[in-house]
Order: sequence, then C-alpha cells, then structure tokens
Amino acid sequence: MKKLARTPMSKQDPKERIHNFSEVALGYDEKSAVIEAERCLGCPNPQCVKGCPVGVDIPAFIRYIKQRKFAEAIHTVKEKNSLPAICGRVCPQEVQCQEQCVLGRAKGDPTSIGGLERFVADWELRNGVGVPSKIASNGARVAVIGSGPSGLTVAADLAKLGYEIMIFEALHIPGGVLVYGIPEFRLPKKIVEAEVRYVEKLGATIKTDVMIGKLHTIEDLFNDGFDAVFIGTGAGLPQFMKIPGENLGGVYSANEFLIRVNLMAGYAFPSYDTPIRVGKKVAVIGGGNVAMDSARSALRLGAEEVAVIYRRSREEMPARREELENAEEEGIELELLTNPSRFIGDAHGCVGGIECIRMQLGEPDESGRRRPTPVKGSEFKMDMDTVIVAIGRYPNPLIQATTPQLKTTKWGTLIVDPATGRTSMDGAYAGGDIVTGEATVISAMGAGKIAARSIHDFLTRKTHIARQ
Amino acid sequence: MYRILRRSELASNIDLLEIEAADVARKAKPGQFVILNLHEKGERIPLTLSGIDEEKRTVTLVFCEVGKTSKQLGQMVEGDFIPHLAGPLGNPSEIKHFGRVLCVGGGVMIAPLYFQASALKKAGNKVVAVIGARNKDLLIYEREFEKLCDEIYVATDDGSKGFQGLDFLKELLKGSKIDRVVAMGPTIMMKTLSEITKPFGVKTIVALMPVMVDGMGMCGACRVTVGGDTKFGCLDGPEFDGHLVDFDELVNRQMMYLPEERMALLMHRESGGCGK
Repeated sequence: MKKLARTPMSKQDPKERIHNFSEVALGYDEKSAVIEAERCLGCPNPQCVKGCPVGVDIPAFIRYIKQRKFAEAIHTVKEKNSLPAICGRVCPQEVQCQEQCVLGRAKGDPTSIGGLERFVADWELRNGVGVPSKIASNGARVAVIGSGPSGLTVAADLAKLGYEIMIFEALHIPGGVLVYGIPEFRLPKKIVEAEVRYVEKLGATIKTDVMIGKLHTIEDLFNDGFDAVFIGTGAGLPQFMKIPGENLGGVYSANEFLIRVNLMAGYAFPSYDTPIRVGKKVAVIGGGNVAMDSARSALRLGAEEVAVIYRRSREEMPARREELENAEEEGIELELLTNPSRFIGDAHGCVGGIECIRMQLGEPDESGRRRPTPVKGSEFKMDMDTVIVAIGRYPNPLIQATTPQLKTTKWGTLIVDPATGRTSMDGAYAGGDIVTGEATVISAMGAGKIAARSIHDFLTRKTHIARQ
Repeated sequence: MYRILRRSELASNIDLLEIEAADVARKAKPGQFVILNLHEKGERIPLTLSGIDEEKRTVTLVFCEVGKTSKQLGQMVEGDFIPHLAGPLGNPSEIKHFGRVLCVGGGVMIAPLYFQASALKKAGNKVVAVIGARNKDLLIYEREFEKLCDEIYVATDDGSKGFQGLDFLKELLKGSKIDRVVAMGPTIMMKTLSEITKPFGVKTIVALMPVMVDGMGMCGACRVTVGGDTKFGCLDGPEFDGHLVDFDELVNRQMMYLPEERMALLMHRESGGCGK
C-alpha cells in the first residue's frame, strides 16, 4: 500500500526566515527523496507527463531515483528540460504534472514531482554538471533576444543541434525575470547562474548590455548574418493603477522594488550600491506571485506590517497556493475584496496613506472569475508609508517600435502561430510572456521548445533549398 | 568591456571620458543616454551622451562627481575598462530646421547640449546659446559654444560671470524672435526657464533626468507627469514639453534617495575613496 501523505520537505522556520533572504524551502535529502519517489505508482499510461509543458519523462526519472541512480535521473530530466533546478523550484506543479497525478486523484497527495526534480537538479549541481559532448557546428546562426526562461530554452535546444547561438540580454546579468523578478529566497541567484552556465557550456554565447530595438534592430540582426531570430523579451513594462497620488515618493512598481532588491541586491546596501527604502507599514496591491514576492521581500527588509490588498477574494488570487501559505505563515496580512481609490501624500510628498473601497463579487467576467464591483459608501483609509503596485506587466514595446513587420495585439504582445511560434516576420520567432502576456516560467519554456523545433525545421528546409 | 581612451578634467569635479564603444557610437544620436555599471556590486547610472566619434568608434561622456559611483568613475584612468555600458537609450532629440533655436544649458549638462546644438546647427538652424553654472569656475564648453553659435550668453548663479540668473531671458525673448527653446540642465533651471518662456508661447523642450534603475522601461522609477499623464522618462523621454511637465513632483521624486546617496558617498570617502 502506497503512503497517501507526501514526504514533507523541510523549510526554514518562519520566525527565522523573515530576517534573511536565504531560501525558504530546503529541498529533499537523498533519503527523503527516495521515500517520496517510492510513492510514485509508475503508471504505464502516465498522466503527469501530459501536464508537463516540456514533456519530461516523469515516471522514468522517478524510477531512477528509487534505484538511487541520480545521475541517470537528472540526465532523463535534462533530455527535455535544460533548467531543472529552476523549474523544480518555481513551476506551479500543483496545476500541471501533479494535478494529473493518479495518486492525487485517489484522494491522497500527488507525488511531489517538483520536489524530486529539484532534488536531482541540486544533486547534479553538487556533484558536477555533465555536459553532452560538443556537437559540431552546422553553420547556421540564431540570435536569441532575452535570456529569460524562453530564451535559455531555445538556446539550449538549438545549441544541442549544432546551431551557433548568440543570446542578447539588455541587462548586465543574464537570466531575465529569473534574476530581476523572482527573489533570492525562492530562487537563489547561484542556481540561475549555474543553469545559465550550463546553457553556455552547450555552446551558446551571451552578450549582456545589448538592448535590441535600440542598439540593433531585428533587421540589423538578419543583415549581420543571423539565419533566424527568437524574441523572448518577456513582459517587463509595469502597469500602474492610474489613480491619484500614484507618483508620490514611496510608491513603487513591483518591478522597481524587485529589481532594486533582486537584480541590484539592494538588501545588501550599502555594501552594494543600489539602495532600497522600505517603511514601517507596507501595502502591496495585487494578488499574484509578484505581489507575494514583493510583500515577503518587504518583510525581510524590516517592514513592521505588510498587507496585500486584493480586489477579489482569496480563492481568485492567482498566486501559487504554496507561496500564499508561505506569505501568511510569515505574517503577511490579506486585505481581500478591497481596492485602492487614491494614495494620500504627507507633508514631504511621500505616501502616507491609502484610501480604499470594499468590493463585492458579481457575475463572472471574460476571465471566468467573478467580477469585483465597489460597495457604495464603503471607503476607508489605511496609514501606509510604502506602496508596491503589483497588478501586472505589459510587454516592453521597444522591439515592436522599431520592427513594423511584427504584428502585435492591442496589448502589445506579439502575434504568433501557437503551433510554431512563428511571427509575421520571416525567420523571426517568439515565445513566452512577449506572446502570452505575464505567465509562468514553465509556459515560457514550453513556448521556447516549440519555437526551437520550428526554427530547426525552418533552417533545415532553408539549407536544403539552398543546396539544391 | 569598454576601454577609456581619453580622460580630461574640465573643471573641479567635472570630468570628460572618451570611451571605445563601436556599436553604440554607430547608433547613438544627441539626446540619448547610456547606462553604466562599474562593478558587480555597483549601481546602474544613466549619463546623457555628450558626443560620438563614428570614425574613432567612441562615445564621450561628461559627468560631475557627485555620488559614490560618479566618484569611482572619476577615478578611472585612460586604458581602464568599464565593464557595463548599455545604450543608446531614450529617444533622440528632435533635429530639424526650426529657424532660430535658443539652447539653454546648465552645469554638466552643457556638454550634451553642445552635442545637440551642433546637430541643430548642421540642420540649418540659427543657434543662440545660453550656458550657465553655479560660478565662473564651473563653466564648461564656453569656447566650443562660441565657435558654434551665432550668439552666446553666459549666466552664473552668483553673478561671477555674465548674467546672474536667467531673468535676462525675458528681455531676450521680447527683443528677438525665437522659434524653439531646448534645455538641458538641473531640474530647477529647466523649471525656471519653462516659466519664463511660457508667456511667450515658444515651444520649450526640456531633457529630464529622473531617477532610473534599468533605463529600459522596466522599473517605472522615472515616471513623470506630463500634461496630466504619467510618462516614463526612459521610454517616452527623456525630452518633454517643459510647459506640461510637473516639475515639483519630479524634484520630489529625485530627492527620494538623497539620504542613502549621501550615506554611500560618506562611507566611500571614509574608506579612502576606493572601497567597492
């Protein structure tokens, strides 16, 4: 009889962890990983694989863990997923592979596929990363724009096929949202660095500080001899509420807040040069993972009270349950069914409070979630000295602005054929948040895999035609 | 890595660096900026371009040593390498034939203004320059502007050279036809200038320098209110219609991190000036 309850993963004590930026979830050790792997039924017709956007052979790698063949296990994962240490940490497995798990459907806990993926990835990082033997160049060159999850996936998959890959990153450190967005306590920078190194070892070259759309246009890249281009520039442009007082001092976009904290290591100021200021009472507006990341970072930076203000109820919050629970454990308060109507300034032009209105849920809207409407006369004020607006991000418009051939939606996302990732411009492919709007690391990686396959098809055909 | 080919001191605490950056030099236009980061614990600082040399494949930056990072940059010498230089960022200045253009520059921003004024001159404009500084010793690019311009006026805050303050511009605007005003300088100077030109109804373009972190549209730290709408300094600017800018809000946002900047500078000085 299989155990119905999942093997617990040890976590840092909430009382401790709110004072540091070290990782919260500590991962399985060998013993607990094997115990957890034993729970996997090894279904002959595995449902979990269907829930994985990159199609990892989940039962196979778990079988290797049971046999304590960890090197074989990670090798199996990496056949499909080049960034397993990242995915094992930040993928929403509970709504993907684990949601399909037969164990879970049998009223037990699904196998902790994410936990096991993380275990084998970390095992490899500790024991030395194997790299497939170098494949001879096939002579074709592909430019990858953006070094976030989709770009790294395209680069890895195509490098393995012998393409010469040049990744262009606008910031000074590669990794995209993995380094500027997701905090250290959820995804340590050294993990991202190791995964990026792996992609480099596969043969990809990374050029930082290059803003495509400004320094080079897409057209320039084709003129410079690239045979295909992948655009994976993400959704980096912050949205604001457009309510009075939003430009007061102390009102941050979540992006600014997290860039200062993560990318620039503002929590280590003045040892690092970029400061971050957090007051005593912090309000975070929004209900997604970015809101949770901001709230929990604010707490770690010394805020006394942190409230997450969300206009719908707890049920509709888009944040991962695990992250929501972690946040609540740490003492983050939720102000649900509440929406800010204006920010109130103090004598120095900084935010001193928020006026909010209570909301109620009406009929479902186009997103399928019940639409929140204001409750008349329910306005109230909260004293707050820092506000972080985490209501979403749009795609950065710079590439589209200098590439009229690229067709976009009214939200500024690129229009692609979902089956291939092909854009309206010949030879240009795209995937990730630049196409879908803000989504998950793994869906961006899934899109990267699709695009890599189509770029390979496109270039194989092109070379074939050229040879004829 | 970007090599420093030339360094010179233009005035006390004001330095010029000519840096090898072939791709940037090929693409950059007046009014655009670059972001530098000097080391792995460093901050990203925006600097407006003061010139490019396409043949030498260099960009020129003129900056004032005001904070920790600019002090560190000021300590670098010819042959040193700057690890990170991203650009060109922001939109170029609008360069076309306007007629008679009044170019007003203050402090260290006189240098990027010269880059813009040269392009305006080349586009067939008559260029009238006003350059100012806190005092006569801090005035830069005077000779360059004399050579370039049809008319030049000097102003200082303390009256140690030329006019004291910008009030004299009212007379100038009354007495002669100006088709456009462009300004690069301290926020307070551009505010005063915009107030002076407004009654004359002459289009006044100001180059703003809000706080920026990434400089690429991601952080929104650089948001400014222009004509009642929120704009991003890096994406929509950095140049805006001075008659529409909410300068008080901008000054307020620029001051946000002053205490931290002062602290960093103080600690930098105490550590002997080379602490990283």
